[in-house]
Amino acid sequence: MSHPILPQTRRDLLSMIGKVGGGAALYQAMTALGHAAESQFTGPPQLSGARPGASVLVLGAGLAGMLAAYELTKAGYKVQILEVQTRAGGRNMTLRGGNTVSELGSVQKVGFSPGNYLNPGPWRIPHHHRTVIHYCKQFGVELEPFLQTNHNAFVHRKAAFGGKPQRFRDLTIDWKGHVSELLGKALNAGALDQAVSAPDKARLLEAMRSWGVLDKNMAYVKSDKLGEQRGWERAPGGGVSGAPIPNDPSSLGDTLDSRIWEQLGFFAEHVMQPAMFQAKGGMDHIGKAFKARVAKLIRYGTRVSRIAQDERGVTASWTDAKSGATGETRADWMVCTIPAAVLSQIDLQVSDGKRAAIKALPYGNSVKIGLEMKRRFWETEDAIYGGSSFTDQAIGLVSYPGHGCFSDGPAVLLGAYPFGVGAYILAGMTPEKRIQAALEQGSVFHPAHYKSEFLSGASVAWNRMPWILGCCAMWTEESRAAHYQDLVAMDGRIVLAGEHCSYYGCWQEGALLSALDAITRLHQRALAT
Amino acid sequence: MFAAGLALAVSLALGSPGQAQDRGGGSSVAVADEGREIYEQICQSCHMADAKGGGVPGAMFPTLAGNPRLADHDYASIVVLKGRGGMPWFSGMLTRPQIAAVINYVRGHFNAYPDTVTVADLDRITIDNPPVPDCNCGH
Repeated sequence: MSHPILPQTRRDLLSMIGKVGGGAALYQAMTALGHAAESQFTGPPQLSGARPGASVLVLGAGLAGMLAAYELTKAGYKVQILEVQTRAGGRNMTLRGGNTVSELGSVQKVGFSPGNYLNPGPWRIPHHHRTVIHYCKQFGVELEPFLQTNHNAFVHRKAAFGGKPQRFRDLTIDWKGHVSELLGKALNAGALDQAVSAPDKARLLEAMRSWGVLDKNMAYVKSDKLGEQRGWERAPGGGVSGAPIPNDPSSLGDTLDSRIWEQLGFFAEHVMQPAMFQAKGGMDHIGKAFKARVAKLIRYGTRVSRIAQDERGVTASWTDAKSGATGETRADWMVCTIPAAVLSQIDLQVSDGKRAAIKALPYGNSVKIGLEMKRRFWETEDAIYGGSSFTDQAIGLVSYPGHGCFSDGPAVLLGAYPFGVGAYILAGMTPEKRIQAALEQGSVFHPAHYKSEFLSGASVAWNRMPWILGCCAMWTEESRAAHYQDLVAMDGRIVLAGEHCSYYGCWQEGALLSALDAITRLHQRALAT
Repeated sequence: MFAAGLALAVSLALGSPGQAQDRGGGSSVAVADEGREIYEQICQSCHMADAKGGGVPGAMFPTLAGNPRLADHDYASIVVLKGRGGMPWFSGMLTRPQIAAVINYVRGHFNAYPDTVTVADLDRITIDNPPVPDCNCGH
């Protein structure tokens, strides 16, 4: 039996800190104890004791809305969800053969073979996204490794190496070698003697020689030792011709042309570091697992046109997309997860500050294109298993499926995933032209097979998805400072949730964390009212 | 100094949207200089090839074709420079000559407004910094 005052375990202690000091104090304490430090997830909310009959209306059946509904129902609230689409999951979706993609201005039928799929929205889960991982485990969603980095994949820059793609490995090893050589030269010339002590200088020289694989003169040149990192002109073998032949490193200028530091910086980001996971068989298994727990609460095809509130409750006015019938749904409280790009166009009764915040939140765009190929030529011909080849063309990258390696038969590549200019260019094309462009541009990596092995393609331009009109909320430091707190603040009986209401924008983790925070505050308010 | 810093921040925000956000490859495609081409590369993505926009009331991209709001000399410039609602600002993605070119194309080709927007107009608007016009004009 635990002591009523003194915490017996770490868990008790953290629970006490959480009760007294709130989430921020709890997070700080957990960090001090060596927990957390990554996602702010501290476990599922322990909400209970809703007032009898208290009700919550949730707008949107994406992950944020469904998590809110799930946890609020457990706490004792009567919950209803209104969803504009005829499906649940929001941006969490997977396209398979037979599915339809309905964009503004076009309809596509997906022709992928059985078992193949494209995740047009979320496609990878960093190991520290504890909330997503928690609910996947709780709901029995099987996660498998997502192959994030691949040193054997390519990097292509139009202005580097005459447009010829280079292996990621070669560029990173050359970058490291040239930088080491230059630092060695600077050290040996005494250029850093003011900044570096004599013992540190000696250690740095030793480090640069070893790390950069420099020769005895501190030069970055071809050697057997370098071959062990960079690969070989002739690989090691057995018997009489077993001796490997190293290949030539690229020059400093060529290496700089590739801007490889950008790729290294990308992979250095916390959210890009392995281990990385995906839902086995398609990311929509996560959305489906949430849906299975709240399915009977959802009213589909329901377009909300007006949101009002008074001292007694909230009212959403809506139109049934199919029948055209109109209706109103009332509840005591509301969790609204409608993306800001749409919410900014809806008549919404909230404070001026919140309305200004919603209207000041633009959405970035991205496009994903799935290309089904007859066979995995990137594996058989190029020894590329998972990971991505990067390009500065509009498509941004080609990403290889990390699941099903070595299998025969058709497989689906991610043939484009840009934000920015590339996304606008591809989104503005017809679906057919997008596929043509993706095949043309992706051929730079696999010229002999990319077009001839192509079977069918499907694309999603997020700004053309009529229920969101964009991919993700786009914050800046200035807009965070001016509007973020207004956006997330409980406003009378209404609270917003979704990735746009988080500092983990464009991640499922952000949507879920925002929902947990929103319902925790809603519950506190409901009990205090 | 301040303006240069702001432009850099904006361009980063658009090119690599948001720190720590999931994203794919950093494509860097040169946008054209001619108004029609800029429209096709960037604007028609949302406002559609015929510039008539799309969607339904409450979730739509406004029409640019035959749009009386664009009669105002500065309206389109303010929106393109500063964004409005779900539409981002394009001051980082497009140069000022490109912004002027595409606005003149939209105001001339999809409408018939004879006055020309210049880079000097865009500079003036940047300095004056007028608020983004609110609009529930039902486009």
